[in-house]
Amino acid sequence: MKSGSNLEKLLKNGEFVVTGELGPPKGTDVEVVKKKAAMLKGNVDAVNITDNQTAIVRMSSIATSKILIDEGLEPTMQMVARDRNRLAMMSDLFGASAFGIKNMLCLSGDHQSFGNHPEAKNVFDIDSIQMIHMVKTMRDDNKIICGDEIEGDFKMFIGAACNPFADPFRYRPLRLAKKIEAGVDFIQTQCIYDIKRFKEFMKQVVDMGLHEKCKILAGITPLKSVGMARYMAANVSGIIIPEEMISRLRGAGKGNVASEGIKIACEQIQEMKEMEGIAGVHLMAIEWEHKVAEIAEQSGILPRPQV
Amino acid sequence: MITAKRKPFEEIKETVKDYNKIMVLGCETCVAVCQAGGEKEVEILASELRLAFGSDGKKVDINEELVIRQCDDEFMADPAFLKKVKEADIILSMACGVGVQHSCNYFSRVITEKPVRVIPALNTTFMGANLGVGIWEERCLGCGDCVLEKTGGICPITRCAKSLLNGPCGGSSEGKCEINKDIDCAWHLIIERLEALGELDRIKPVEMYKDWRPSHSGGPRKIIREDLRI
Repeated sequence: MKSGSNLEKLLKNGEFVVTGELGPPKGTDVEVVKKKAAMLKGNVDAVNITDNQTAIVRMSSIATSKILIDEGLEPTMQMVARDRNRLAMMSDLFGASAFGIKNMLCLSGDHQSFGNHPEAKNVFDIDSIQMIHMVKTMRDDNKIICGDEIEGDFKMFIGAACNPFADPFRYRPLRLAKKIEAGVDFIQTQCIYDIKRFKEFMKQVVDMGLHEKCKILAGITPLKSVGMARYMAANVSGIIIPEEMISRLRGAGKGNVASEGIKIACEQIQEMKEMEGIAGVHLMAIEWEHKVAEIAEQSGILPRPQV
Repeated sequence: MITAKRKPFEEIKETVKDYNKIMVLGCETCVAVCQAGGEKEVEILASELRLAFGSDGKKVDINEELVIRQCDDEFMADPAFLKKVKEADIILSMACGVGVQHSCNYFSRVITEKPVRVIPALNTTFMGANLGVGIWEERCLGCGDCVLEKTGGICPITRCAKSLLNGPCGGSSEGKCEINKDIDCAWHLIIERLEALGELDRIKPVEMYKDWRPSHSGGPRKIIREDLRI
């Protein structure tokens, strides 16, 4: 085993995994984390803890991950290249490992111009692909970048993101191949709404055999409202929402849009179960954690398997 | 070339308002080409200052001067020019940041009677190219270890907002950068160029960690060419 995490074991056993996501509070309120964690517990196999997502300052991913462990959930600690140089990354990874964090996600990170400190200086000492390589070297060679031995063991199940909806589209499978070459174990995709484009992407991935070299989890985000759909399509980097999906939401009528959004998400989960090369779903119910149980129930993914 | 933009007039006026003898000193090299600090811009700024102080009822003596390069001693050594520098209360340099520092350093070395005060009238911005009348765009960060041979002649360090060496990130959309639709995604350009050259394979291997020591991260840089010093 690479890290012995629950996520790794389930994927190894060929289970269709479900991961969730938890955004830490914009402050010190531990109760917020505990409340969200309770909503996710038992409904997902591991929970991504975002790292200052959209460049908004929040409780650190490492600290929030530790709280999750204490609450009996398994975290996937996200780490962005925007805020840390290689020294800070490796030192935080030692700390994360010491806290019992066994999964991580290597990301570039949204540019700080999107966030609440646009005047900040960014870092980008290494990029997300180099980060994957760094963590793999730490785990497999027990060495940090400079070649120094790590005192003690370092185990980590290494994840990364993939956005099939960003451009240039034809290059996206090649970028995924680079992440695999760097040593990624699992991939979580950007939220999928344009299923046609996603199928085209997955066909290339399967043709290249990439799905056999890493586990691919399809990103699902239920749409709460027509306004949210329009906002995401216009403002969130690399998200495409087809007009027919927006029409379907609108067609549900007043008071029924949210439940229609959940219905669409459940259908997508079913569709992903059938799709070749997909090993699970990554359910990002953004500030909608209380609906995760309902989605899990409706989409027939409960009970979650135990290992 | 080095490009620069003039500071807002009010900011410039505020920095010189307590002096009576002001020299507006232009530079005829980079900042003249990008029309920020050459002869014409010296004239304009000096006139604006005269007008503004005049309407405030303040009497000031504003002298316009121009040198070929403020980043080189030899272009500032003329005794008649140095005499004027000595007479001024303040030098408002319209050179880039290099020129401001170097002229200040030079004047301080050769004028021993009193300290010479040099302040900037421009904000130095980037090393870039002129893309047409009135348009300049950044092209080089001076990282000290050029990678252009691998990237189809398009610099990812400078032109990618995240300086990614294995881009493009997930924010690239329709050829544009996630931070601003007016900025091209450098990696989109790189991929298109390499495809056209039939060299896309160049970016298939993982590009490993960059050594930032030759860049500013390694501390202020210096070049010593022994072959030229003999």
